[in-house]
Amino acid sequence: MAAPRASLRLVAPVWNRGTSGIRGLSKAVDPEGSQKKGRTLLQFLTDHFYDVEAVREYLLRKQVLKVQKKNRSFTYIKERYGPYVAGAYFVLKQGGAVKFRDREWMRANEQGLSSLEFRKLQEVPVEAVDASGCAINYQGLDNLLALKELQSLSLRRCPHVDDWCLGRLYQLADSLQELSLAGCPRISERGLACLHHLQNLRRLDISDLPAVSNPGLTQILVEEMLPHCEVLGADWAQGLKVGPEEQSRDAASSPIPAWPSAPPHQARSLPGCAERPTAHPSGSVGLTQLGGSGWGEGRRA
Amino acid sequence: MLRRALRLRLGPCLSGRGLGTYRRGSTLDWDGKVSEIKKKIQSIFPGGAWNPLYDTSHLPPERSDVVIVGGGVLGLSVAYWLKRLEKQQGAIRVLVVERDHTYARASTVLSVGGIRQQFSLPQNVQLSLFSAEFLRNINEYLAVVDDPPLDLQFNPSGYLLLASEEGAAIMERNVKMQRQEGAKVCLMSPEQLQKKFPWINTEGVALASYGLENEGWFDPWCLLQGLRRKLQSMGVLFCQGEVTRFISSSSHMETASGEQLTLKRIHEVHVKMDHSQEFQPVECAIVVNAAGAWSGQIAELAGVGNGPPGTMQGTKLPVEPRKRYVYLWHCPQGPGLEAPLVADPSGAYFRREGLGNNYVGSCSPTEEEEPDPGNLEVDYDFFQEKVWPRLAQRVPAFETLKVRSAWAGYYDYNTFDQNGVVGPHPLVVNMYFATGFSGHGLQQAPAVGRAVAEMVLEGHFQTINLSPFLFSRFYFGEKAQEHCIL
Ligand SMILES: Cc1cc2nc3c(=O)[nH]c(=O)nc-3n(C[C@H](O)[C@H](O)[C@H](O)COP(=O)(O)OP(=O)(O)OC[C@H]3O[C@@H](n4cnc5c(N)ncnc54)[C@H](O)[C@@H]3O)c2cc1C
Repeated sequence: MAAPRASLRLVAPVWNRGTSGIRGLSKAVDPEGSQKKGRTLLQFLTDHFYDVEAVREYLLRKQVLKVQKKNRSFTYIKERYGPYVAGAYFVLKQGGAVKFRDREWMRANEQGLSSLEFRKLQEVPVEAVDASGCAINYQGLDNLLALKELQSLSLRRCPHVDDWCLGRLYQLADSLQELSLAGCPRISERGLACLHHLQNLRRLDISDLPAVSNPGLTQILVEEMLPHCEVLGADWAQGLKVGPEEQSRDAASSPIPAWPSAPPHQARSLPGCAERPTAHPSGSVGLTQLGGSGWGEGRRA
Repeated sequence: MLRRALRLRLGPCLSGRGLGTYRRGSTLDWDGKVSEIKKKIQSIFPGGAWNPLYDTSHLPPERSDVVIVGGGVLGLSVAYWLKRLEKQQGAIRVLVVERDHTYARASTVLSVGGIRQQFSLPQNVQLSLFSAEFLRNINEYLAVVDDPPLDLQFNPSGYLLLASEEGAAIMERNVKMQRQEGAKVCLMSPEQLQKKFPWINTEGVALASYGLENEGWFDPWCLLQGLRRKLQSMGVLFCQGEVTRFISSSSHMETASGEQLTLKRIHEVHVKMDHSQEFQPVECAIVVNAAGAWSGQIAELAGVGNGPPGTMQGTKLPVEPRKRYVYLWHCPQGPGLEAPLVADPSGAYFRREGLGNNYVGSCSPTEEEEPDPGNLEVDYDFFQEKVWPRLAQRVPAFETLKVRSAWAGYYDYNTFDQNGVVGPHPLVVNMYFATGFSGHGLQQAPAVGRAVAEMVLEGHFQTINLSPFLFSRFYFGEKAQEHCIL
């Protein structure tokens, strides 16, 4: 034993082997294999100077903090004006649109956010929220879950809405009738499974979800799970490419704004999916047209 | 007196230690370079068996502040929180010793990956809620510059626990406590159950509790690899080898009541290298026992439990491997996407696996049926005789099913009260435990790691008070019994 032990003391300078193996594994974990092949200058610097790495870690953390900051609740407004106004304020602040009962759609840049208006709306429930493309996350969802009369919710192309968020929507089960999750990059079939709580749902848009591994099968299973609900899935998105007229009909019949004219696969490649629909349907669109025809376009026969 | 003294004994404080060296995980490819140089030397001296550069990179360092025995999810979580909570970057050197980097027999990768808040002890609910938050934000906690985000494959889906007449009152009490702790759980009557999940036969069910949030299942392998990746970037060292021996010193003491006590302190851990007789002594200040199902053996190596029975010295760590089977079956008529994880009063449980009408599930054997833990072979008769009848009774669609595959793994089973052991040993003063979770260790790991790190660094629990989980309960006979064990 003595001899090997003596040589053991010749300690090699680097202990951590197998790093590359772990890297390899972590790549397997990544759904889209988004790791860049070419090494950037920054990466090179990171590997050689710990300071650069620390700075980059700091920047990474900052990004996260920014999203968190955007999703804080406005406690003051909530205490003063109640959940409806607080929820609406949150959505408008994020760049989305809200519709109070018997009112027109409201968007931050059009109407502005006057406290006078808020006082008037204090008791008016919010019926529809269009948060498409907003940076809303799990935490920010609190503001929407407090809107107990919410009938229509669009979370289209929200980059931070994930399966964990869907796990909380059961809180809106009593009121929610329309839900659009189209184009959310982080929603998978695993999250869709817990929409079974939403038994009042009449329309559900789950088209163009890149993280869903098996869109066709998923749609069938979701339809089975929600027998009273019209489910828009993969083939609807394909239908989009065919007829532009159909699109405009869609836009007119739903309180949720239409898909922008770019085909879904193009929209998907946009980083962060931050772009917003160009035009928002004007205030004349209401929830009354729930039975409209545009939705069923590409439905499974 | 002894009781008080033991309770109050503070763990040694490591905070504010001297600067350790900071080595980044993704160091240049050392192996490649060594073999390149070797080749060059060989081409200069052909024919010589002389090997001037003996590769020792697989060996652990000679010294490390903390040695963690076991690189499963609990060990890695302790390492993570130690590094995360250290006062100064690089203040603590942490070494993780794992005997098998393929994790062929480790419970972590053989588990079914479930997380729930439906426990009977408030501490377990708190741990699980903390872990849920950790898992939800895993890409913030475990973010590594330049590495892609982790995909935990979390399936948000409640646990549906069914209670018979006798169990109903306890279930109601448990749910009340769970809600007080902040878990989102609801109670359901058999009628509500029938309406919501028509495929369940409610015969013999008096009450059901159903988790609404933060419950479900995920990919344990992803959590494990995510932790490893992060740890390497934090400068934690890994070594493949088996801990075979502890070198410790003892000091004898007498309590006020005249009882003799021997306090032990571990100074060196011997790590035996894979496939060789070599071993490397590692000097250390703290040892963390996170060896899962084998943590009883590790405790024994350190002299835990080898005193006369009935004394603190003679109190063993009551954790042993217990074999548990998991079966995967296919059933075309089985429940759909809405299916929760169903746990029958009989002990059988199942959940959906993927989209193709596949299900995994099993049932824990009774004390008498307990299989021999010597190997990990699967007993298919156990499914035929014990699991299937119960499943088919609860979900008639399962009358026709086809078993596709099965595997077995070890519970780190605490025979005393089926619950975790966390914190220092009262007599082997620098051994800390993070083990014994008997089938819910995976989900508790993120929170337990933090608790152990707090104990090591601060000397007391800060975030969640886990004092009922201390080792001393085995001596005092105070059970922290967890009733909701699947
Ligand atoms: C079938 C099954 C289903 C389960 N389902 C769930 C579930 O749904 N949810 C849940 O939360 N938990 C579940 N568990 C429990 C969970 O897997 C364990 O509690 C948890 O993984 C324990 O983690 P660990 O790190 O302590 O153990 P392990 O993963 O077993 O790690 C211990 C490691 O220590 C190493 N080791 C042992 N001795 C030595 C030594 N002398 N030297 C060096 N290394 C050593 C071993 O190689 C091993 O890798 C399940 C377990 C089983 C078996």
